[in-house]
Amino acid sequence: MQKLLEVKNVSFTYDGKTDIFRDVSFSVNPGQIICILGPNGAGKTTLLNCIANLVPPTTGEILLEGKDMDRMAPQEVAKKIAFVPQFIVPSFAYEVLSYVVTGCAPRIGILAKPKEEHYEIARNSLAQMKISHLAEKYYTEISGGERQLVSIARALAQRPRVIIMDEPTAHLDYGNQIKVLEIIKGLAAQGYAAVITTHNPDQALMLGGYIGAISLDGQFSFGSSEEIINDAFLSSLYGIELHLRYIPDIGRKVCVAPLL
Amino acid sequence: MKNTVYKRTFVVLLLILCLCALAALSIGRLSMNPLDVYRVIRERLQYGAASNEAMEVALFKIRLPRVVAAMMIGAMLSLSGAVYQGVFKNPLVSPDILGVASGASVGAAGAILLGLGLLGRQVLAFCSGIAAVVLTTAIPRLLRNHSNLILVLSGIIVSGFLSSLLAIMKFVAEEQTELAAIVFWQMGSFAEINMTEIIAISPAFIAGTAILISLSWRINILSFGEAEAKSLGMDIGKMRGIVIACASLLTASAVCISGTIGWIGLVIPHLARLLVGSDHVRMMPITVLAGALFMLIIDTIARALLTVEIPLSILTGLLGAPCYAWLLYKQRTSVS
Repeated sequence: MQKLLEVKNVSFTYDGKTDIFRDVSFSVNPGQIICILGPNGAGKTTLLNCIANLVPPTTGEILLEGKDMDRMAPQEVAKKIAFVPQFIVPSFAYEVLSYVVTGCAPRIGILAKPKEEHYEIARNSLAQMKISHLAEKYYTEISGGERQLVSIARALAQRPRVIIMDEPTAHLDYGNQIKVLEIIKGLAAQGYAAVITTHNPDQALMLGGYIGAISLDGQFSFGSSEEIINDAFLSSLYGIELHLRYIPDIGRKVCVAPLL
Repeated sequence: MKNTVYKRTFVVLLLILCLCALAALSIGRLSMNPLDVYRVIRERLQYGAASNEAMEVALFKIRLPRVVAAMMIGAMLSLSGAVYQGVFKNPLVSPDILGVASGASVGAAGAILLGLGLLGRQVLAFCSGIAAVVLTTAIPRLLRNHSNLILVLSGIIVSGFLSSLLAIMKFVAEEQTELAAIVFWQMGSFAEINMTEIIAISPAFIAGTAILISLSWRINILSFGEAEAKSLGMDIGKMRGIVIACASLLTASAVCISGTIGWIGLVIPHLARLLVGSDHVRMMPITVLAGALFMLIIDTIARALLTVEIPLSILTGLLGAPCYAWLLYKQRTSVS
């Protein structure tokens, strides 16, 4: 069966000497959630940018529906892959609806402007995220949590097969973090594939999908969260003492640090 | 709801612009009332000549070219300001960010020193304005870094270098004649404009404005920054190239016949955003109309207020700076 997205032997280096990461291979299929873990500076975002077609990998290839992504037109890639950036600093006060409708850009002619049908798609995406009430608000005047939901709505308006998110919970309070994770889980249930980076291994356990971990020396390991995460692995990845415990009344494993 | 505001603003601005144009045609040393203007135009269209020859000359030879030029150049400078602000995602950017104005000034000063006539000055100003932008955009290519920041810094490098060249030219210029001519050119004026120049810059005006307005929605996407625009499938290099080329063409065409005129490219886009919001699809047409209107009012004051012509940059600064302060006051909560 043809894979939706296939990362094959991808390496990346900025200076040609030290690899940020090397020999990264994994595939992404519809309905899967893949969490990229790793300490600060390990190259999580760089790997994500490669997958999102923002920077080309130094070696290796990324196949999207069997086609080499590097040789595809950006517009074609954008019809399949949507990217939710980590932090958006708005330069202009666009209305939320005008912002979300830009998700339709890959399907609108270069000189054309969005029509009613595209605004309808944008309104549906907002409704799907349950934030229809924000449509007329200014993007600069909504909270960080709302902005994250608006960005995801914009990704949905792109009607992609893969949604890529860089630290989707980074600027959110604890409640909003869990809400966003729930949304990601819900999107996967609808058949979207999701690739996200996160600083919190516990989030990967909560999502329960696959994990790709980049260590500081550029080694990449990949597997389901069940098989890959254990005390030793986590402790060596982050260079501190970490424990994995099963909590029966919550029904999942959690990752915790000992008392300091 | 927002669309109704836009349509209403557009129609109201268009009406005010027409009324102001009619008023500007009536104002001048030879006083006419708007009815005279109407009669002269009607007679000219009907019989090919008007009964009052003095009025006909004042209207068609002197005032009409100025009124048309003021509106066109106001529109061009404001629109390119709006576009640069969008591309560089910075509302503080003005059309000379990439060195167009400094380049054109050097060209014009060179022509004055070489003793070339009006045509030579305009052609040289246009060419050196465009050359400055080409130089500015070549630096990021040499550095193999295509970020906006590098482009803006290249603009500062090129502008800085050109200002020094201009200073050398001013230094060696003959004080009473050449230096005065350079200084006056840099303050901007429509006094020497006639129909030939208007026809010469019309293609740039029409093509540049049409292309930019049809790309207005894409400029929204460009203003999100490189990563986001690329993830939406945009070919950043190509799109930014086209947009910058059009905006630079507009600026260079305007500056080469009128001299440098400050403030308008900075202030008018802000005014348009305040009126209809930041969406470039709506704010760009409003910018064109508001820019035309602002320049028309400025130029009419410049030629009618005193017996001598007041250089345009003096008035755009005197009116534009307080206007900008007022706009900031209105938007004070949303400026971080």
